[in-house]
Amino acid sequence: MPGPNRSARWGCGVRQDDARQSAQGPLKRFVLLLFLCLPLAAEAAVVIQQWQTPEGARVYFVESRELPMLDVAVSFPAGSARDPAAKSGLARLTHGVLDQGAGGLSETAIAHRLADVGAVLSGSFDRDRAAVSLRTLSSAREKNQALDLLTRVLQRPGFPAGVVKREKQRLIAAIREAEADPGTVVDKAFYRALYGAHPYARDEAGEPDAIARFTRADLEAFHRTHYTAANAVIALIGDVDRGEAEAIAARLAAGLPRGAALAPLAAPVAPAAGEIRIAHPAAQSHVRIGALGTTRADPDFFALFVGNYVLGGGGFDSRLLKEVRDKRGYAYSAYSYFLPMAVAGPFQIGLQTQGAQTADALAVARDTLRQFVADGPSDDELAQAKANLTGGFPLRIDSNRKILEYLSMIGFYGLALDYLDTWVDRINAVDVAAVKAAFARRIDPERMVTVVVGGEGAR
Amino acid sequence: MPSHRVKRRAAIRFLPRPLHDTGRRLAMAVCAVGSAVALGSAHATLTDVTLDNGLRVIVKEDHRAPVMVSQVWYRAGAVDEFNGTTGVAHVLEHMMFKGTKTVPAGEFSKRIAAAGGRENAFTSRDHTAYFQQMQKDRLPLALALEADRMANLVISDELFAKELQVVMEERRLRTDDQAQSVVYERLMATAYQTHPYRRPIIGWMDDLANMTAQDARDWYARWYAPNNATLVVAGDVQASDVVELAKTHFGALPARALPERKPQAEPEQLGEKRMVVRAPAKLPYLLMAWHAPRLKDWQQDTAPYALQILAGVLSGNDSARLQKSLVKTRQIAVNASAGYDAVSRGPGMFMIDATPAQGQSVAVLEKAIREEIARVQREGIGADELARVKAQVIAGEVYQRDSLFYQAMQLGDYVTAGQPPEALAGRVDKLRAVTAEEVRAAAREWLRDDRLSLAELDPQPLDAQPRRAAVPGVRHVN
Repeated sequence: MPGPNRSARWGCGVRQDDARQSAQGPLKRFVLLLFLCLPLAAEAAVVIQQWQTPEGARVYFVESRELPMLDVAVSFPAGSARDPAAKSGLARLTHGVLDQGAGGLSETAIAHRLADVGAVLSGSFDRDRAAVSLRTLSSAREKNQALDLLTRVLQRPGFPAGVVKREKQRLIAAIREAEADPGTVVDKAFYRALYGAHPYARDEAGEPDAIARFTRADLEAFHRTHYTAANAVIALIGDVDRGEAEAIAARLAAGLPRGAALAPLAAPVAPAAGEIRIAHPAAQSHVRIGALGTTRADPDFFALFVGNYVLGGGGFDSRLLKEVRDKRGYAYSAYSYFLPMAVAGPFQIGLQTQGAQTADALAVARDTLRQFVADGPSDDELAQAKANLTGGFPLRIDSNRKILEYLSMIGFYGLALDYLDTWVDRINAVDVAAVKAAFARRIDPERMVTVVVGGEGAR
Repeated sequence: MPSHRVKRRAAIRFLPRPLHDTGRRLAMAVCAVGSAVALGSAHATLTDVTLDNGLRVIVKEDHRAPVMVSQVWYRAGAVDEFNGTTGVAHVLEHMMFKGTKTVPAGEFSKRIAAAGGRENAFTSRDHTAYFQQMQKDRLPLALALEADRMANLVISDELFAKELQVVMEERRLRTDDQAQSVVYERLMATAYQTHPYRRPIIGWMDDLANMTAQDARDWYARWYAPNNATLVVAGDVQASDVVELAKTHFGALPARALPERKPQAEPEQLGEKRMVVRAPAKLPYLLMAWHAPRLKDWQQDTAPYALQILAGVLSGNDSARLQKSLVKTRQIAVNASAGYDAVSRGPGMFMIDATPAQGQSVAVLEKAIREEIARVQREGIGADELARVKAQVIAGEVYQRDSLFYQAMQLGDYVTAGQPPEALAGRVDKLRAVTAEEVRAAAREWLRDDRLSLAELDPQPLDAQPRRAAVPGVRHVN
């Protein structure tokens, strides 16, 4: 829920990274890098086991015995892009109410029974995906009780009328509260401008007017068609063996609604270039510059990912942070990223600066982009990007939580099972020409969508 | 649905959060106890030695993955600042990346990045800390660079002026344009009358606007010494190797006399304080803060543990008392939560925050929260509630071992607050020993009106006109 609660969370952004790709070009290699990276492949390998339940749920499992705990995540293509026409917010609300009464238990009983065994049920939600995750101790009593609750929540959510009414109000309140936050306002406007009539244009949380009209039947219908076994990806990591993982997955999948897998989303159409200004009483202007970016399946993904490290993804190695923050002190944060999604996700540049400085900061960001697309990274910049990404790979898989997220992503987006095994090689295979070509195919600096939210006065 | 956590003494950081984290993920249920009741670990062996120059070195071996985290903690935070230069601890944190006599500006970050590392730093009320997460064999690089900037920092006027602009933008981003952050900042400035916790970590805007490079140099000279620092390393390392490396890199740095630290004890509050904050916002908001004890003697104290359990009983799960009563049953709030940190250098606070539901007033909400507190004070808590919070504590103790960073973080937090690592290791047992009667007694003793400060956000329309500067005296600097 958008709120003030965005506090310190480290961890790698699995979402931004990576997509499947098959770059087979000659490996431009750096001796130092190879020396550093070769031993890792063996040490840091993640052994993923994969199978399918009879109902069609895809299962991804990693056995990990070090800690007496188990993580399970179940993902569905039930994000906000799946909101039915005129029902913006239905996917978000359905996801949020799943655990508020299910399988004959009240919301209170569910919350208390989870806490009684120290289990944590959590969710994640975006435009593509709705997921429910469980973390539990692996001791029998705790694990069984926790899995029983997860099963009820996924298979038999009750959507009690009183709860639905209340949660509608809470969701609307959260949306309204976020209207005061310039960062939220700019993000919403940016997606609207970028995606036009495509479902990605809609905000993840939905529209208050539409939400106010939802009924319990709407939620039930959405659950029935989207939270099906054929749509499900079940990821597990922890202190269980293959046999038990199979039994857990079988039980989770067996009681899910039956129904066909959903059709893929349509591809978005590139928007017209333009600039949108929205007045806001904030001290800072929030700026977004962007275009349609890429998908998880894009063969160019690694070239874009490595290139973007140099442009605006690599912190102080990146040109945007150097130009906007280091050299000029215009902003605390200045970045760019590709968010790969089921169909073309956004490429975006973002920064925030005091209102009177907006034009200057905007000009610097645009110049930086223009120059990068025209010339590509230098050899040194590319070497630095690859050194950081490959040398940092072990940090991407150093906890069960991070691996669980990779399992879900690999499953949900249908990436190859050797995705993690080949990740370092694919980064190493990127060269300057590949970055230039990949950016040239997608990013035309003269045809960007720009959104600025904030005051223009001298603050 | 998310439990909306009380905004407490969140540290602020050098770099923004990971850039691709769009920060708008909607979470369903958050285990509040995870933060209200942070967890210790009694499992791994710990090495805790102090070098001849006073640098403390703590190593926690964890061999699950071929990585490590290295953190250097300085016992110098916003609490050590003076009026007129608030925010200097954090500004100096930024300047620590701006070069030394032998490592030019920007090189620190570049070398860590080239070695595949992630780095950042954070400043809190009690400390400033710098960290690198890297493959295990890259520790020497991290230590060499940290030792260098512990002694050889160069603060140029030019880079200082630039970075100060960055920090002022950070303040606008995190505080001035976030109404609930303003409420928190202003309430702390009121609830603490004399103690330095009344000052925001990021500093008042006017102090930032008037800060000089010499202020930062003075701060560095005063506090950045091995005998005011703790090195915490966790990961796939051998403790003896780490200690040797620490000696190699830090051993030659001389200890320095540190300024005397005065206790600056907060005088007893003599009556309830109330305030209103008017700022552009869509919804009202209520924040209540009671003066509360901090953990002093971890073996003898009981109230700090009891108050942690109380926070769990009030909002430790999605149907804990505040959620169940205010959000679900009576539906007068859309969010409500309680929070308490026992471990700090200065006096603590027990806090509750809440956002009223549509058509409900802050006054109604305040009354309902007071009723919930009175109920605990009158009737105590149930055995089932107590057992539930303890189960979460015990499980959380296992879960936190999944994060190397968090394990190191807790050690640094405890040690810079003056607690021994044993206090962290013994924490779960101390929490398990808390009785229902102790929880009731703590609620009676500490959640009294005379200790309470309360702020209400009175939302103002988001008209298109830029409002007055949020902080009087802000200069327009360009």
